[in-house]
Amino acid sequence: MATESRRSEEAAQEKVPRLSGTLIDELQDLCDENVFGCYQCGTCAAGCPFIDEMDLTPDEVLRHVIMDRKEVLRSKTIWLCASCFTCAERCPRDLNITKIMEALRQIVLRSNIDETDMTGLTEEEKRSIPQLAFVCLFRKNVG
Amino acid sequence: MELLYYPGCTMKTSAKNLESSAVAVLRALGHELREMDEWNCCGVASSLTTDDLMHHVAPLRNLVHVEDQGHQRVVVICDMCSNTLKQTDTRVKARKADLDTLNAFMDRENDYKGTVKVQHLLEFLRDEVGFDVMRKKVKRPLKGMRIMPYYGCMLLRPREVAIDDAEEPRILADLIVALGGEVVDNPYKVECCGTYRTIEQRESTARRAGKIASYALGRGVDAIMLSCPLCRFNLDVRGKEAEELIDGYSQVPVMYYTQLMAVAFGLGTGSCGFETHAVDPIPLLREKGVIS
Repeated sequence: MATESRRSEEAAQEKVPRLSGTLIDELQDLCDENVFGCYQCGTCAAGCPFIDEMDLTPDEVLRHVIMDRKEVLRSKTIWLCASCFTCAERCPRDLNITKIMEALRQIVLRSNIDETDMTGLTEEEKRSIPQLAFVCLFRKNVG
Repeated sequence: MELLYYPGCTMKTSAKNLESSAVAVLRALGHELREMDEWNCCGVASSLTTDDLMHHVAPLRNLVHVEDQGHQRVVVICDMCSNTLKQTDTRVKARKADLDTLNAFMDRENDYKGTVKVQHLLEFLRDEVGFDVMRKKVKRPLKGMRIMPYYGCMLLRPREVAIDDAEEPRILADLIVALGGEVVDNPYKVECCGTYRTIEQRESTARRAGKIASYALGRGVDAIMLSCPLCRFNLDVRGKEAEELIDGYSQVPVMYYTQLMAVAFGLGTGSCGFETHAVDPIPLLREKGVIS
């Protein structure tokens, strides 16, 4: 039961969007969250159900944003986040990390880099998986 | 009482049995679910960026049509739809400028006046029917059934649309008790099932399903009770696939709360559509004497 890779060509080439300003500038417009409020306690990482598969922990993602390290936009983490809101619920600084992850995804998607290639779905998947899962996937991973 | 309800796409396709069992148990409780006219996709998953109003058009149009049909409340059965509709409703009620923009954009629809209450069916059952009334309807108690309540995300987060406590919810556990079953509490009850990642990360979602159920399996659980159609797919279908991945893992039946209510109310399995489940719950229900 191998997981097939359905990354778009652009995503597979690890393209990083060209931004005119800093990551903070871009992010602030999209999510209204003050990432400087993060004090790196790691509560988000401790509660994240997908932490095992991530290359950066959610608090590391925030640190990358603060330091304007744009390579964070190539991180697997932002695409593994499924918007379950556990981190946002538990953050002692009341940062909505779920919204920050969505904003980072949107920066990539709005640069015409889709994460998922929608053409790669099999008939078996289309037949068996509830369609609301497809709607969610396309909303999250395709611009 | 007649209740206007919003079905959403999944009730009409892969979760027909959630809809049919909900209609049956509500009827048994003296309430008639009436499907609203002119509904469209709820717009799942809710858009989270500040500037993106376009993706709130689909959910808001549904709320406009609830008002058009003369109602102030819409009951939603699907957790994902309920969450999405509530998030849009909350946003436009808090941000008048966003509502004005959306109303102006939807120039073929009436303006949304903000009079609608979006209510998950579980909220209606808890707050307006009450567990005592449901307990009295039980003819075939779930006696001897050890059941794990599973909440997932959409009932509990984000907090502005939650129907119960995010860390220690009890609505499903209270329902299990009302139906005569035994609750197997567990720390995984509020963990994400893997949601849409079931498409691209199939194996990881199967392992996740196995992890969620394993704790309760170690405590002799007979079945899992939940409310979300995507959680049902992941815990039941992907959970079955986990048998190939995790040594000694054996999947238990996964049922919607409406299905367990139907059998406990003595309505039989006609409305339950168990044939679409990866693990058939009928042998368990027979063994426990809940159905004949």
